[in-house]
Amino acid sequence: MSVLVYAEHDNASLKTETHKLVNAAQKMGGDIHVLVAGEGCQAVAEAAAQIDGVTKVLVADNAAYKHQLAENTADLVVELAGDYSHIVAAATTTGKNFMPRVAALLDVAQISDIIGVESEDTFVRPIYAGNAIATVQSSDAKKVITVRAASFDAASTGDSAEVTSLDVVKGSEKSDFVSAELTESERPELTAAEVVISGGRGMQNGDNFKLLEGIADKLGAAIGASRAAVDAGFVPNDMQVGQTGKIVAPQLYIAVGISGAIQHLAGMKDSKVIVAINKDEEAPIFQVADYGLVGDLFDVLPELENSL
Amino acid sequence: MKILVPVKRAIDYNVKVRVKADESGVDLTNAKMAINPFCEIAVEEAVRLKEKGVATEIVVVSIGDKSCQEQIRTALALGADRGIQIDTDQNLDSLQVAKLLSKVVEEEQPQLVILGKQSIDSDNNQTGQMLAALTGMPQGTFASEVVVDGEKVNVTREIDGGLQTVALSLPAVVTTDLRLNEPRYASLPNIMKAKRKPLDVKAAADFGVSLDSNVKVLKVTPPPQREGGIKVADVAELVDKLKNEAKVIS
Repeated sequence: MSVLVYAEHDNASLKTETHKLVNAAQKMGGDIHVLVAGEGCQAVAEAAAQIDGVTKVLVADNAAYKHQLAENTADLVVELAGDYSHIVAAATTTGKNFMPRVAALLDVAQISDIIGVESEDTFVRPIYAGNAIATVQSSDAKKVITVRAASFDAASTGDSAEVTSLDVVKGSEKSDFVSAELTESERPELTAAEVVISGGRGMQNGDNFKLLEGIADKLGAAIGASRAAVDAGFVPNDMQVGQTGKIVAPQLYIAVGISGAIQHLAGMKDSKVIVAINKDEEAPIFQVADYGLVGDLFDVLPELENSL
Repeated sequence: MKILVPVKRAIDYNVKVRVKADESGVDLTNAKMAINPFCEIAVEEAVRLKEKGVATEIVVVSIGDKSCQEQIRTALALGADRGIQIDTDQNLDSLQVAKLLSKVVEEEQPQLVILGKQSIDSDNNQTGQMLAALTGMPQGTFASEVVVDGEKVNVTREIDGGLQTVALSLPAVVTTDLRLNEPRYASLPNIMKAKRKPLDVKAAADFGVSLDSNVKVLKVTPPPQREGGIKVADVAELVDKLKNEAKVIS
């Protein structure tokens, strides 16, 4: 038995999701190999080799994998699949994109977005937007699994595993990368941040999100938003926290002007400490908040920034 | 060109789901059902492509018992041309669904297949990608913009860091994200017209696809409830609690 973990990275750096995947993989059992597929990603491979519990790092460094297009990535993983009982990737937009292709090409089911590992063949995952939790058992010879990284702690580092280069090149002529518009930010990524401060419809417009920035700077926080704020056009969709956006579980989550719809709670309720700031004292967000402050956010936010 | 739009009958997104006491699943008795929201966006996108003169025919397919004809009729009322119901009582996993759909693709030869990125019941986010793999088609998942350009389709995708655009050779598979469009409401005359549009029923068993899944649901339980905490009087008390009680800021 052995597990192939697909490393989450952007060619330049290894993302903490990978450390969390390794922790999940340790609960499945067997040797753990990490696959780094990208272009110019040697530094990523070196970082992956340091994760405790990893016995080998495989690097597929080729232009074909630069943008991790689903067609090429899936074909690469399928080629390597023979040796593994489990294939694991993060339930990010990268993992969600190529992993079902891997499963279909191997003629096995995929277990999506797991939040727990009961045994080598039994996994826990949310369904119905997190309103129910299913425990499922797979009898497939190979388990193809995406993992909700926020539900697992990061594996520690300090090891140094062997790094092996692969010369497998899979390039589809049917799919080409055209362009990317990535959000530039000095702040930590939402899914990796220790502190997240999010704004909702109560922010009233996109400009008012500036009120969150000063606080975010002082706390080293990432800035998120509710779906209502995204739908209203205040901020881009990649800031969305919730069932249809990103799932976060920081040490501290501050919800500002967010009522607390089920779909938002599904994205943040595993945070260690939740703070809610809302002028409506009946808002459902207060039912999950450790500390609730009833007040007008336009008074509270400047005061909070000054007192940090 | 012909567009195939697979749709799923799912619980209405406004319904609060309850887990059954015996932990065998979610109680859907008398629950309001609807076309899965992401599938509705897929139908809308196909209809818009037809209105632009890009598409010539929209075929809607749904897999399930007779009740899913209701969702096919909804799609027909929104502007699809004809429907196919693949009849089965069995609860299928994404792989089985994708295999059935790949047979429909073989038969119908669409240039574009547009699906919802996930259904709001099982939340798997798999079917479109699996269908693409089984049929050898390229895929553009989580689409926020779809532009057909001759023999190619440009798909702008919602990714974690922002947006990514890929160019795919047709035929291709596209899965929809929320911001792709806002679906219209069906007008009463169109609902009436939809009743006369063709709807074929085919038995799932006739497709030569194994419908059995290797994944067994052992139990379904309610999520752990988070206890509400306390209300603080002002910012000073909040900062004090975060520093000295929760110890999450310094």
